[in-house]
Amino acid sequence: MSVQGHLTIKTNVSKHNPTIAMVLSIIFAGFGQLYNKRYLKGIAFALFEILFLVTFGEFIGFGIWGITTLGEIAGLDHSVFLLVYGLLAIILIAFAAVFYFFNVKDAVKQAKAIKEGWIAPKLGESLRIFYDKTFPYLLTTPGFILLIFAVVFPLMFAISLAFTNYDLYNSPPRNLVDWVGFENFGRLFTVGLWRNTFVSVFSWTIIWTVVATTFQITLGLFLAVLVNDARVKFKKTIRTILILPWAVPAFVTILIFAAMFNDQFGAINSDIMMPLFNIEVPWLTDPVYTRVVLIFIQTWLGYPFIFALFSGVLQSISSDWYEAADMDGASRWQKFQHITLPHLLFATAPLLIIQYTTNFNNFNIIYLFNEGGPAVQGQNAGGTDILISWVYKLTFDTNNYSMAAAISLIIGLIVSIFAIFQFRKTAAFKEEGNL
Amino acid sequence: MHPKTRSRLELAGIYTIFALMAVIIIYPLIWAIGMSLNQGTSLYSSTIIPENWSLTHYQWLFTDERSNYLLWYRNSMIVSGMSVLLSVTLTTFTAYAFSRYNFVGRKSGLYTFLILQMFPVLMAMVAIYILLNLIGLLDTLTGLVLVYVGGQIPFNAWLVKGYLDTIPRGLDEAAKIDGAGHFTVFIKIILPLAKPILAVVALFNFMQPLFDFILPSIILRSPQNYTLALGLYNFINDQFSNNFTRFAAGSMLIAIPVAVVYVFLQRFLITGLTAGGTKE
Repeated sequence: MSVQGHLTIKTNVSKHNPTIAMVLSIIFAGFGQLYNKRYLKGIAFALFEILFLVTFGEFIGFGIWGITTLGEIAGLDHSVFLLVYGLLAIILIAFAAVFYFFNVKDAVKQAKAIKEGWIAPKLGESLRIFYDKTFPYLLTTPGFILLIFAVVFPLMFAISLAFTNYDLYNSPPRNLVDWVGFENFGRLFTVGLWRNTFVSVFSWTIIWTVVATTFQITLGLFLAVLVNDARVKFKKTIRTILILPWAVPAFVTILIFAAMFNDQFGAINSDIMMPLFNIEVPWLTDPVYTRVVLIFIQTWLGYPFIFALFSGVLQSISSDWYEAADMDGASRWQKFQHITLPHLLFATAPLLIIQYTTNFNNFNIIYLFNEGGPAVQGQNAGGTDILISWVYKLTFDTNNYSMAAAISLIIGLIVSIFAIFQFRKTAAFKEEGNL
Repeated sequence: MHPKTRSRLELAGIYTIFALMAVIIIYPLIWAIGMSLNQGTSLYSSTIIPENWSLTHYQWLFTDERSNYLLWYRNSMIVSGMSVLLSVTLTTFTAYAFSRYNFVGRKSGLYTFLILQMFPVLMAMVAIYILLNLIGLLDTLTGLVLVYVGGQIPFNAWLVKGYLDTIPRGLDEAAKIDGAGHFTVFIKIILPLAKPILAVVALFNFMQPLFDFILPSIILRSPQNYTLALGLYNFINDQFSNNFTRFAAGSMLIAIPVAVVYVFLQRFLITGLTAGGTKE
């Protein structure tokens, strides 16, 4: 910058006031920018606010009324739609708040710059800078909108329902739904039927997740190490066969297994159990047997992915490690424990954690195999129902939406704990700044 | 024991385990193929090696006028195809922005994705139903595709971002110095290098809708809009026409090609999945 330019700046210093820019931009979006003599931007911002108020103003007012009261006249006000409008209004307000915050921040920043003598670039130049700055937002916007539509909004709705009394007997438009606070959660822990069901479903969900996932990981690991043994021939063929359960769609295999384990006509009873041991096992009518079979099927379905994953990593472990260990006279078990296992776990930990969360919410196998059955006395879920399939039944069989939502929320909390854990593991691979 | 004998015994043990596994893996699959070739419709009268081989069930699927099989096949291809197209485009855009640009909300966006990918879509099914009803997309394939595409973004954006992070930034910076714009860098430099991970995302998004039956069962109402999985499920679920053999025939026609493709692509898949996580 030339000396002369520097001098002109000095004379301009005191005239521009960032506080005025801030106040103006708070009064109405874009006014601060107009004060900064950024006319195009100012007009665009102001226009945006006007359009927003005209288009959504009334809707937001209605939505906020709707979500606070959930309707006042039964038969006329539809509580669930009012809740939906209310949530949409909240999302719109959040958008507006973010926009406003940037509007004010931008006005102040630019006013400060002008005060210090910054001179605005030409129109073409500033458009280019604008394009550079907004490019990442352009890229993310379509995905972001769809994410709000398909994930964020539905989750907000599910969370809201957990605090209402929306069920079959209390369903709009005939009746109004009300906010009930934590009543649903209270019921889950105090009312006999609910507590019994919750305790038994919850404990089975945990056992199911831990046992089935650990089995599939262990079997995958075991087979991967065996196939990797230098003495084994026909490795490619063996690998292909071992991968098969992953290749055949799970939807199909679960239904095949359900038919095979059918108590009366299934192949397991009629072709194996009867001829060999002369017994008919009640696979689908005794909860204990059903649980055992479910864990078996999940192991069958789930190990190939782990096997393929570990096989890939095993081939990439440098043989130097093992040669060095051989020199020191390490036993096979020692080599496995100190070289193979750490390598495998380090490379795959996040994916292994995902296996646990997947099984925690593995609705498909539970529902397709025996619809969560068999029925058990003294509870309103089947003997093999896990939390997510119980939620499904409460929603679609008995229309008890609010209790279903309360249980979903508990699932959500547990899952978030997994998420934090996974994040820590993932972060361990990448330096802080790289995220 | 002599080391050589010991080694032989061990190897014999290993092969025995493989043989056992092979039986456990292949038996149910052969059994299902056998079922599909039986003439009758009930499980009771059917055997793994049918007494009278017959392709009646396959024939029924294609020729009977009550069969919607080809329609379901078409619907499934539309849903999977559209879902691949939209998912790959949106996910790549998002992941590219998160990998290469520093913008306000970047970090919180990544955290949000991480947490959102943990929640099963199933948790929000009531809301999805009401929302689709509200905007008139209930019982349409479009509604189904939008839910699939929106739901996959958090997981796949992380996956692709992890992969893009491994592509040296020097490449795009050099191109920028040569005067390439944002889109040129994205299309000419990043996309060609990201092909492997995009193939993985495409495969995921093709397969997932193909064999999902729960979301279609909530969203789709009329039989002519069913996807394959939902239609096939109703063959055995329908209490008036419990028809396992027909289900087996319909399933084999789609499961066998899918299995072949998977066996060929699995190495590729594994590389894609671990690349983002392990490098760096």
